[in-house]
Amino acid sequence: MKTIKRIVTLFKARNREFIRDRSALGWNIIFPFLIILGFSLMFTEDRQVLYKIGVIGPSAASEQKALSPVQQREWKGFRSMRYLEFIPLESEAEGMNKLSHHRLDLVLDPAKGRYWVSRTSPRGYIAERMLQSSGQEARGSFVREAVRGEEIPYIEWLFPGILGMNIMFSALFGVGYVVVRYRKNGVLKRMSVTPLRPWEFLTAQVLSRMFLILATTVIVYAGCSLIFGFTCHGSYLSLVLIFALGGFSMVTLGLVVASRSSSEEFAGGVLNVISWPMMFLSEVWFSLEGANPWIKKLSLIFPLTHLTTGARRIMNDGASLGDIGFHILTLTVMSAVFLAAGAFFFRWQKAD
Amino acid sequence: MDKVLSPGVMVPMGTLLEIADLRKYYAEVKAVDGISFAIEGGICFGLLGPNGAGKTTSIEVIEGILPATSGQILYKGQPRGAAFREETGIQFQSTELPQYLTVRETLATFRDLYGRQADLDWLIETCRLEELLDRDNRKISGGQKQRLLLAMALANDPELVFLDEPTTGLDPQARRYLWEIVRRIRSTGKTIVLTTHYMEEAQILCDRIAIMDNGKIIAAGAPEELLKAHCGGTAVILEDADDNLLEGFPCPWFRMENRLEIETDSLNECIHELVQRGVDLSRMTLRSQNLEDLFLKLTGHHLRT
Repeated sequence: MKTIKRIVTLFKARNREFIRDRSALGWNIIFPFLIILGFSLMFTEDRQVLYKIGVIGPSAASEQKALSPVQQREWKGFRSMRYLEFIPLESEAEGMNKLSHHRLDLVLDPAKGRYWVSRTSPRGYIAERMLQSSGQEARGSFVREAVRGEEIPYIEWLFPGILGMNIMFSALFGVGYVVVRYRKNGVLKRMSVTPLRPWEFLTAQVLSRMFLILATTVIVYAGCSLIFGFTCHGSYLSLVLIFALGGFSMVTLGLVVASRSSSEEFAGGVLNVISWPMMFLSEVWFSLEGANPWIKKLSLIFPLTHLTTGARRIMNDGASLGDIGFHILTLTVMSAVFLAAGAFFFRWQKAD
Repeated sequence: MDKVLSPGVMVPMGTLLEIADLRKYYAEVKAVDGISFAIEGGICFGLLGPNGAGKTTSIEVIEGILPATSGQILYKGQPRGAAFREETGIQFQSTELPQYLTVRETLATFRDLYGRQADLDWLIETCRLEELLDRDNRKISGGQKQRLLLAMALANDPELVFLDEPTTGLDPQARRYLWEIVRRIRSTGKTIVLTTHYMEEAQILCDRIAIMDNGKIIAAGAPEELLKAHCGGTAVILEDADDNLLEGFPCPWFRMENRLEIETDSLNECIHELVQRGVDLSRMTLRSQNLEDLFLKLTGHHLRT
């Protein structure tokens, strides 16, 4: 009973600290909203621009009288292609300058029927191929079929990743950084002389952070769902479970980082070294499809990979827990290892 | 009946804490170098010494914060166990408070970590926290913070309270306010162990003191007894006097900045000698010798160095 009372006391105290720290609370809730909002605006089809084409001189097709009928058709066809933005240029020199600094993907002088493209730019290569094929009327010999099954809007693909990323930052920094700060300013030392045991303290920290992570995730999910109209094809219970398990594994990873250090700078550095590669290699922002096999294998060491993949399978494909058994098992093993290491290495105080 | 804890240390009946030949060595420093003492229940015991004397290290080893290199620490005649944590309260020299909590919440949180708890109203009243209860920890003054830390140290209604330099950094008014609170705690029968480098604080609050220097105890006993044994005399202070006039003077004397200080057990003879030497006594002051003088006499240097 005494143990439960101590854990509940610290759980409540830590929750109060978090909720009253307006900047942390705001960041945890508002940040994912802003990202989703930003991406939904960027990826709205009519606003989406993938390639930027600089146009020297008047750009209207009707004014390109010097062009041959074929060139006029190509120019008209190029202008009507989607995902291109045409930017008027004053001079050829301006175009060359912007092209060499990769601010434009292709520069076109329709009046003279010429174009320039950077030989080193992959984007330039695609833009060039689009220009070259713009006059073709035939659709080629391959037959286009519709995608089988329901297409997943990009935002719905992105959303579980953004939630996962938010959970990652909240878990790692919310536990790792806070415990180190407690150690540095002597709060842990003060607690160490009470009957509180280390595992009771760690349990309270983990429970408090898990509670806050799940609460903020539910708020962000509900808010985004309301604004953007998401669909979850799988069970909400499975989704909560994978978020909880993924969050738990990263909270325990935070405990490992915070087990000894009393330097916020050091802990912050370590947490950044962990979180940034994890964010980029866990398919939060982009798919690793086609990446080097070793990068794909490396990404499996990150809990966020399993959280994001599992959540996407549930949300986008309606997968059951059994379908994502590998990710659940991996996260469970990771959590157990991190928790054991965090508890084993934990010290109340800085080294003697 | 008294017992012998270690050679030379007699432990009287009613002893709460016994320390024998305690050592704490670091690679290059002997921070605590074989100290022994015993503390009876219900007294205020002071560890007095300059900064770096080993007071905080000693008290932290006794509290269980730091491991000892060697030595014995007994609480109620037994090695420290779970009961020690439940029955002791500790105020560290420098501890921050949890952020974003109010004074009331901080006190309640620490109180709830113990099985045995002090009455909340008594804590608030004793440490004069009434006006601060709903204030954020980050918005209280240094003196108020010390009072809250003191209340936290009393949260478990401890039998033994450790206070490590509780008034360091406080203004004179806040210091006297805290002394009053320590006296009130002492009057409830609790045993207090405090460290300080203010001789006035030790003299006012402590029933017994141990004076430390360079990791060793150089004198121990009741402040009055120590003064009587080592510094029974009077200090004669002369402003702007010439050193040459005191050449071959029969009493020990030394210069402190622009004044001369003479120690004497025979005031009449001392003054007679000064008059005979033609020393101007119009700016002479007299005072009883205190623990500062005792420390100077024992070590050859001042407490506040």
